[in-house]
Amino acid sequence: MNLKFNNKRITGILTVLPARVMKFEDNMANYNFSESKSLKLKQVMGYDRHRMFGEHVTTSDVGVFGLEYLFNQGLLDKNSVDALLLLTQSPDYFMPATSNVIQGRLDMKHDMICMDINQGCAAFEVGLITAFSLLEQENINKVVLLNADLLSKKVSKHDRNSFPLIGDAASVTIIEKDPAESVIYANIKMDGTRHDALMIPAGGFREPASPKTAELQDDNGNLRSRENLAMKGDAVFNFVQTEVPPMIEDLLTFSGIDKEAVDYYMFHQPNKFMLQKLADKLGIPHHKMPNNIVENFGNASGVTVPTAITFNIGDKLTGNSYYFCLAGFGVGLTWSSIVIEMKNLDFCRMIEY
Amino acid sequence: MDKILEILKNIRPEVDFSASSDFIADGLLDSFDMVTLVSDLDAAFNISIDGMDIIPKYFTNIGSIRQLLVKNGAIL
Repeated sequence: MNLKFNNKRITGILTVLPARVMKFEDNMANYNFSESKSLKLKQVMGYDRHRMFGEHVTTSDVGVFGLEYLFNQGLLDKNSVDALLLLTQSPDYFMPATSNVIQGRLDMKHDMICMDINQGCAAFEVGLITAFSLLEQENINKVVLLNADLLSKKVSKHDRNSFPLIGDAASVTIIEKDPAESVIYANIKMDGTRHDALMIPAGGFREPASPKTAELQDDNGNLRSRENLAMKGDAVFNFVQTEVPPMIEDLLTFSGIDKEAVDYYMFHQPNKFMLQKLADKLGIPHHKMPNNIVENFGNASGVTVPTAITFNIGDKLTGNSYYFCLAGFGVGLTWSSIVIEMKNLDFCRMIEY
Repeated sequence: MDKILEILKNIRPEVDFSASSDFIADGLLDSFDMVTLVSDLDAAFNISIDGMDIIPKYFTNIGSIRQLLVKNGAIL
């Protein structure tokens, strides 16, 4: 479905990255494949370094860290936040919502909305669409969108399908009403019939965790348990190549903005190969669609898009204006895209935890 | 040696591709090999194979790989 939002804007983006760096080669011996084959895959997919938080760090720890940084730097007034949206697949608890936990730990005002949403690869776009919708309310003037995923704990180190690309990260995005006339265009689609393409089968109410679900099983040389993330790589690749290009074409037509007028195509980054194929299919020059997040930080699900923005053009965005096409696609299955102008952000930077 | 066969040998040196008529059914190429092969074919023939064409039917034998290349603008 196509969506349109008037007079909303992003005023700041902060990415919180783990200080701990792991190299692809560090884990290569755990894969049940030849070294030469793994190294070739590293080159094609763009795997190199990925970052992971420590074993006992949780989503609320990272969220509190990022928000406290903004409060202490004078970049965000704690009492001005009317809604805290947390998009994550790695909550602290089944209940209560982790956004409530963060609100409490930071002693934020009671007169606000806290909301957890379970989304992954398209979580930045789903979060922005939700924030724009909340800002339609007269009494909501500022929304904090917190994207955080710490899924490395849920990926088997013996799964060459998923471990080389996984990363942890969080981002804080501030969305406000725009005093100037502006229009944001969005598109979102979902297909739950393919929900098993990316999933953690056990550990919820459908299949509770047990000694049996913790046993490693062999899937074509990849060893993982039912409590680990499982990805049907072929199905996900075909889904992305089939569904994403027409979604982008449709969104650009809806917005009336020429493909060439978009300065940056910031897409979710599962791997370099997939991004290059999307760029070629859409006829977009590779320099307009950066694909360097997986190789430098790993794929932290919904955080790859804000990381791509802060890493590639963070220093430019505080004093310039650019048109972006943002896109996320994956778990759900969910795919979504947004055309937005971002200009003169109050901050656009990365920090380490 | 045929350019395609040479690329295949480079990916799986231990395999005799000329002895197989169905690389997928015989287990000679997995999905990661297909991705590697596409990357190498793109570079060797100066093309970009459409992501929607990266499906098993185009990787069963030398003939189907040739068909894939022609479909994507390669000059053989």
